[in-house]
Amino acid sequence: MEIADRISFLYIFCLFAMKECCNSCYMLHMATGSSNFFLFFWFFFWKQSSPSSPEPASLPAEDLSTNSNGPKPSEIMLDGDREDLFAEATEEVSLDSPERDPILSPETTPAVTPVTPTALIAPRMESKSVTAPVIFDRSREEIEEEANGDLFDIEINVSDPEKVGDGMNAYMAYRVTTKTSLSIFHKNEFSVKRRFSDFLGLHSKLATKYMHIGYIVPPAPEKSIVGMTKVKVGKEDSSSTEFVEKRRAALERYLQRTVKHPTLLQDPDLRQFLESSELPRAVNTQALSGAGILRMVNKAADAVNKMTIKMNESDAWFEEKQQQFENLDQQLRKLHASVEALVCHRKELSANTAAFAKSAAMLGNSEDHTALSRALSQLAEVEEKIDQLHQEQAFADFYVFSELLGDYIRLIAAVKGVFDHRMKCWQKWQDAQVTLQKKREAEAKLQLANKPDKLQQAKDEIKEEIEEWETKVQQGEKDFEQISKTIRKEVGRFEKERVKDFKTVIIEYLESLVQTQQQLIKYWEAFLPEAKAIA
Amino acid sequence: MTTTLTEIKHLPTLALLVCCEYLAIFKKTVAMHEVFLCRVAAHPILRKDLNFHVFLEYNQDLSVRGKNKKEKLEDFFKNMVKSADGVIVSGVKDVDDFFEHERTFLVEYHNRVKDASAKSDKMTRSHKNVADDYNRIGSSLYALGTQDSTDICKFFLKVSELFDKTRKIEARVSADEDLKLSDLLKYYLRESQAAKDLLYRRSRSLVDYENANKALDKARAKNKDVLQAETTQQICCQKFEKISESAKQELIDFKTRRVAAFRKNLVELAELELKHAKLQVMCAVRKCPSD
Repeated sequence: MEIADRISFLYIFCLFAMKECCNSCYMLHMATGSSNFFLFFWFFFWKQSSPSSPEPASLPAEDLSTNSNGPKPSEIMLDGDREDLFAEATEEVSLDSPERDPILSPETTPAVTPVTPTALIAPRMESKSVTAPVIFDRSREEIEEEANGDLFDIEINVSDPEKVGDGMNAYMAYRVTTKTSLSIFHKNEFSVKRRFSDFLGLHSKLATKYMHIGYIVPPAPEKSIVGMTKVKVGKEDSSSTEFVEKRRAALERYLQRTVKHPTLLQDPDLRQFLESSELPRAVNTQALSGAGILRMVNKAADAVNKMTIKMNESDAWFEEKQQQFENLDQQLRKLHASVEALVCHRKELSANTAAFAKSAAMLGNSEDHTALSRALSQLAEVEEKIDQLHQEQAFADFYVFSELLGDYIRLIAAVKGVFDHRMKCWQKWQDAQVTLQKKREAEAKLQLANKPDKLQQAKDEIKEEIEEWETKVQQGEKDFEQISKTIRKEVGRFEKERVKDFKTVIIEYLESLVQTQQQLIKYWEAFLPEAKAIA
Repeated sequence: MTTTLTEIKHLPTLALLVCCEYLAIFKKTVAMHEVFLCRVAAHPILRKDLNFHVFLEYNQDLSVRGKNKKEKLEDFFKNMVKSADGVIVSGVKDVDDFFEHERTFLVEYHNRVKDASAKSDKMTRSHKNVADDYNRIGSSLYALGTQDSTDICKFFLKVSELFDKTRKIEARVSADEDLKLSDLLKYYLRESQAAKDLLYRRSRSLVDYENANKALDKARAKNKDVLQAETTQQICCQKFEKISESAKQELIDFKTRRVAAFRKNLVELAELELKHAKLQVMCAVRKCPSD
């Protein structure tokens, strides 16, 4: 790597990181609400990171690209645009980061009645774009319990990553192609161009609508400052192409998993994402947003609450499941770490084998006994082929096995989030009951009071309030039952999916291992007569 | 609690693992010793050496003393002198084509063998790392499999077994590569160094011989100490011719031996790799259809 390249890379990385810092500082300012300290830092970072024409999304305010005077903080506030919640920038390897789940603000969302799954899912034609694929013979069909006679299938591909724009404003656009026979879509086959923040925007919308009523929304792939910086700088080396490929595969898996969910499939936002050629820019997919700040505060409050909520678990099933998911999470993380180590070592092995092959070739050249010289050259060739083999195997290790594990670790975090929502729902219900009780006591007190002129008015007020709270209690109970029911169903579905996914992937992986060994056999069998021919 | 239980279950295999590793290392060291002794025994002159006989026949402890500090220091200085001298001597052009050719060949060969040996070491070490990773994956899968007794868990258990077997095979592959390839290259690294030393000694004696000739001419010109110069010259000449003759023989032997050793090891390497790969395929295939 040239010195100039290195410097430019570092520079853009700093710009990019500062942009994120700028947003965080702004958030901190709003959160603390106090000093101008953070405001100052925000301003400083903002000035640094947007040299001439600031990128629209980096401005806390709006999309106007020519506004460089600095946005007015008051403009951004809770403008009711809660749909732009988003998970802030996290480093690439942060499966532990608790900021994964977009948690909702306390107010109820715009009313969306969840559509119960009404369709059969026929055998899906999934095409995973792994370059060493072995199409596994799928003889099992998956059939949902609720049947309605409707068969539907949908296949999604994410392909053709291409770089759009230059410098700090550059981004990768991916082509999303959908093939389907469903009637809710306008056409049978269509494709659109989307960028990464669009995917994140979609996820945040879906999470906002469905997580708090108990649906497990598949999490989107993670943001990565380092990776994106490489793309922005425009380095054409293998690590940035690897990064883009990794991201493309992750986006494809994300979409496929999302459409597999019968309820989410019916969602209009998802349809818009897949179909419409122009999508409104998800501007607030950076750390900053009115709701984002609120979320930070809520998360802190939630963490405290979780420790204090002592839920009377009437249903042992939930406790059991939560414990199970904890265990599963731990095991998967360990396994994931081991597989990542395997990928790393196999890449090393491949590099060392290549070096050895070259060295053996040189040795063969300097050897003056002809037969031995030829045998050594052959050995060098064999080792080179084996090196290729190792590389392919490492590739399979990663894309097939390791990424699946990563996906599931994030999914389990989403599942845990759903359980937390249920707890919050229960809390709300209990709180409503407590308030109702208080109101009733107040009413009783009023009955015994001796202020005739105010009495009637107060009594009426109290009666109204009691009625109101009674309905709230009833609603709370209903909500709680609903969410419990939904969660049970979702967890059942999740388990089935998990079993299927793991089996498929592990078998595919084992097949790749077997293939590698078979190739090895071929190579060594070809070499053996050469070795024997040394006279 | 569950993790400790799984660790205990793995204990007998852990002891087995340690045994296998020890055996592998033992096999490796012993193989080298055997080669060394065979070489000495096959040599027409060395085999008659008294020390060698004592080594083979004396049935009590030989109590060999290691080199003490003084001797180690002496060795160090001797080496320094030798390498400096070697540089001077190697400037002398040799009359004999055979030796000239051998010299260039050996220098180049030695360097390349050194390189190949280093790379081969790195390769075998990577292989061993991969085998270790398989081990860890196997035990993680085992832990996953012991969560409950559903279908998926039975599946995990089977896969974990497979990884265990694969790991053993990969470990053996790495050990065999080490034995056949890396050790071979290391041995020939040292042999080629020894051959280079032999050539150096011969060159040294050639220089001495030429110096003795010059001294004789000078003495004849001055007509002083002619007899002494003549005897010196005679001795040098004899020494040179003797060393040339035995060096030639040794170098030819070196080539034959090298070819034979490479052949043997390469053939064995290929056969072992084949055996292991076939075994891996068999293991995996036996597990797979049962899913």
